[in-house]
Amino acid sequence: MTATAPVAERPAKEPKQPKRQQRFNEGTGRLAALLLSPTLLVLGLVVLFPIISALRESLFTSGTTLDENGFIVKGSTFVGLDNYLDIFKGDTGHRFWNAFYNTTFFTVVCVVLETVLGVAMALIMHKAFKGRGIVRASILVPWAIPTVVSALLWKWIFQADGIANQLIGTQVLWSTEGWQSKLSVIIADTWKTAPFIGLLVLAGLQTIPAEVYEAAKVDGASVWKTFTRITLPLVKPALLVAVLFRILDTLRIFDLPFVLVGPHKDSVETLSMLAYDQAFNTRYGPAAAYATVLFVYVAVVAYAFVKILGADVIGEARARKPGGGGGNGKRWRKKNAAQGAPNTAVGAVTVSGGGGQ
Amino acid sequence: MAVASSLALLATACGSGDDGSSSGGGSSAAALEGRGPITLASGKDTSGNLQHQLDAWNSSHPNEKVELKELPDDADAQRQQMVQNAQNQSDAYSVLVMDVVWTSEFAANQWISQIPEDKVPDLGKLVPATVETAKYRDKLYGVPITSDGGLLYYRKDLLTAAGITDAPKTWDELLADCQKVAATPGGKGMSCYAGQFEKYEGLTVNFSEAVNSAGGEIVDKDGKPNVDTPEALAGLQELQNGFKTGAIPKAAITYKEEESRRAFQDGKLLFLRNWPYVYSLANKTDGSSKIAGKFAVAPLPGKDGPGVSSLGGHDYAISSFAKNKATAMDFINFMASEAQQKDNLAKTSLAPTWASLYDDPALTKQFPYLPQLKASIASAQPRPRVVKYGDVTAAIQQAAYDALSKQSDPKAALAALQTKLQSLITQ
Amino acid sequence: MAAVAPQPAEAGPLRRWAPLLGVAVIVIYCLAPFYWMVVSALRRPSDQFSNKIIPSPFSIQNFKDVFAGSNGFGRGLLNSLIVAGTVTILTLIIGMVAAYTLARLDFKFKNVVLAIIITTSMFPGISLVIPLLKLFIDIKWINTYQAMIVPSLSFALPLAVWNLTSFFRQMPQELEQAAMVDGCTPAQAFRKIIIPLAAPGVFTTAIITFIAAWNEFLIALSMTNKKSIQTANVIISQFTGTTGRDQPFGSQMAAGVVVTIPLVIAVLLFQRRIVAGLTAGGVK
Repeated sequence: MTATAPVAERPAKEPKQPKRQQRFNEGTGRLAALLLSPTLLVLGLVVLFPIISALRESLFTSGTTLDENGFIVKGSTFVGLDNYLDIFKGDTGHRFWNAFYNTTFFTVVCVVLETVLGVAMALIMHKAFKGRGIVRASILVPWAIPTVVSALLWKWIFQADGIANQLIGTQVLWSTEGWQSKLSVIIADTWKTAPFIGLLVLAGLQTIPAEVYEAAKVDGASVWKTFTRITLPLVKPALLVAVLFRILDTLRIFDLPFVLVGPHKDSVETLSMLAYDQAFNTRYGPAAAYATVLFVYVAVVAYAFVKILGADVIGEARARKPGGGGGNGKRWRKKNAAQGAPNTAVGAVTVSGGGGQ
Repeated sequence: MAVASSLALLATACGSGDDGSSSGGGSSAAALEGRGPITLASGKDTSGNLQHQLDAWNSSHPNEKVELKELPDDADAQRQQMVQNAQNQSDAYSVLVMDVVWTSEFAANQWISQIPEDKVPDLGKLVPATVETAKYRDKLYGVPITSDGGLLYYRKDLLTAAGITDAPKTWDELLADCQKVAATPGGKGMSCYAGQFEKYEGLTVNFSEAVNSAGGEIVDKDGKPNVDTPEALAGLQELQNGFKTGAIPKAAITYKEEESRRAFQDGKLLFLRNWPYVYSLANKTDGSSKIAGKFAVAPLPGKDGPGVSSLGGHDYAISSFAKNKATAMDFINFMASEAQQKDNLAKTSLAPTWASLYDDPALTKQFPYLPQLKASIASAQPRPRVVKYGDVTAAIQQAAYDALSKQSDPKAALAALQTKLQSLITQ
Repeated sequence: MAAVAPQPAEAGPLRRWAPLLGVAVIVIYCLAPFYWMVVSALRRPSDQFSNKIIPSPFSIQNFKDVFAGSNGFGRGLLNSLIVAGTVTILTLIIGMVAAYTLARLDFKFKNVVLAIIITTSMFPGISLVIPLLKLFIDIKWINTYQAMIVPSLSFALPLAVWNLTSFFRQMPQELEQAAMVDGCTPAQAFRKIIIPLAAPGVFTTAIITFIAAWNEFLIALSMTNKKSIQTANVIISQFTGTTGRDQPFGSQMAAGVVVTIPLVIAVLLFQRRIVAGLTAGGVK
């Protein structure tokens, strides 16, 4: 446990090389393996095992033929990649690309809206004022309502003679095909999960020492500059984790469009719903193939996200490479903060001067 | 065969299981043997009467008690729990309370046991149409315990005010009645008719009824798709024109049972197609219904005479993986008995399958719609009885929904549906 | 330029009222749909379809229905609490150990481990049910708490590990080193220095984990078939109207209120205490 974290080391690169030798020893590796084993064991049992069996499943098909007595011939047939190829063929392919588009559309729109709203919520929650607890609690409410119930609630709100139509004074048929059904899903999803990002970002904000802000204030940095040049970089790790997990969840979105609008509606059908539809009709091979395709898509998006934005999230690789870039002084924050605020203050001065406020 | 079964073993994830003796033997009527405690998998007991019935059984069968396993309210979720348990050959559920449209799929997969007809002494006393729903390839796989048929609810007060004495028997009469009522002060601002047209199982029911009532069919007697016909077209066009002319309100495309009931209860509809459950709710005088005492029921209207309802209801079946199947069989017979069905109707208002109960004077007094319901159920058509029912109903919904919501060409929709059904019902 | 910069506090109405306005907007945004849920629950079942903003007459019938004896909803709440509570505690313990390892120890394949952990959050949940059900039937876990706890644990761990790792990585290493110089073991240093400093992150992770486990439905539904072990969400899904076809919206909303409000109050009450407690051991 004597290892030095790159966090603290980042500003001073010189002493790094010698220490690295010590860190890469057998003992550390074994200790790490020991400490990580509970996590990996649980994940392996409950998630990895089913994923692997689903991957295998996706190469088989079953239950497609009847014998002379009308019974489904039991057993599975190995079909190679047929289940995958079928996804992209003809009508099915059309449906797949439509669902692919919907999934991507929901993810982009919802996550962007949720990020903006969530950060705004976090900033407001972070402001010290009376009744902060109440505000925090009310922001928590949408996230705390079980999805099963909140989907019903929104369905009720968006009924033909529901409160939403009464408020806007016209009868929009929200659950019918078209932009309105997409909109209803976006509204309901954003409402429910913006607080998730809000909570995680708030936690990030709370670890920023007050001195940093005081220094910025002394230097007369504008609110916007303080936000973009100090707050945002400092909460970036927390924000990125929150956004990343929102992306993973929204790419797998299922409940809301299913309950709110309904199955088999082109406007809101997502990839998860396609996988569900196959499994519902007991075609487990194709269902597993859909699930795997979605899985690969999610993995690619997540990888790209981490590569492009998330150097700080799993930034170990970059930190190890001297001159690997990406740091841009994001990691020295705690150290600097702990040592007092002069550096930050200087930064803030530069910022405010450059901004021409 | 050996290759197939070794591959089956490889595909452990869905637990398709090894090839047991049952698939080769032709008849899977394994003897219903074994006595002891069993379970009943059912959607929630709405009135508490089911538990009451179970208590009656349990007190007389202390060694063969039945435990109720409550499933979610949603029918799809119920089916999924049953399928998952069958996939894993679990014996958690002994007796399954199954929607009538699941029979073929469950029987073809051998998830439920065949029941020799001589094991059900009362079979002949049940409404024949309901018994048909429990059959697959002429073999019995369950016993119908409750039934359901569509009824035409109509505003008797407004029809009378417009000088109309009888409920419409045909679709054209229904539309003409709407014209007449619209001309009276009471009919202002009302819509003519609604059923259930949201894209879900209810749309399959309503579409089938329109097609059957116009003399068409979706699958013929031999189970072959036959929906690309002038009769079916006439049925679909009735609904389509209803939407086009406004006789059916636009919002009806979002209606399930409850939304349509609400519109009727709020006095927005002159005619409503719905199930018997609406009767007592719409007659409530606690303020929830504006039309209590102002409506009556009639058989569904058809093209040239009374229409044809789709058949609903539930069959009790025995899971293939259950223990104590002899007990399960006895229990099902107990539930099918006249005494239990009568009790159940009186307490829950669920339509019985015991034919003579529909003519019981005391019950008819309690449920004035029983004669109409009897007619509805006796002439009702089952929805397509096919193994891939999930795909078939989805295809029907797709065709009907597009025709109604986008006003697309109905002829083309039916032609496409026919092609789709042919590929789904080839076996 | 600094002179021109707006001064905080008495710097005009906009500066003073803008945050309050923002607060109001956000609070209304979050609570308006919830308000609708509450008033829907407080209507008489016969007024269920009403769109009145304030229920009149006011009725708690829906809440009575929720707790009606045959529902077993009280027991369901207790089961939810047991499952979600255990999941939260286990997630925090296991997750913190893993996160600290990933944040502080330097070893090969660290990125691979992080990647594997998050990969488990990428598979559609609905596709996991059938293989898991088979597994749990084989190991006789059906109708047990662990059949719900372990999957929820695995759903919660990726976020917990990633989030905590990002927090721990920001903690100043010098403090731990100083503590160890003072004679603390690494474990003690972790407990007394790092956790208090990362308290906001730990606390947030706890809330999010608890809520996620509290709201889990699919696994809880599939892995249980005994009423006495089913969670509140599963019980809610079993609510029916008087006849099976009419939807008991009022009691579903009432149940939603019942499962949400205590959660929020508990978070409110505990947050100060927990944060205070965690921070108390920390650096001054």
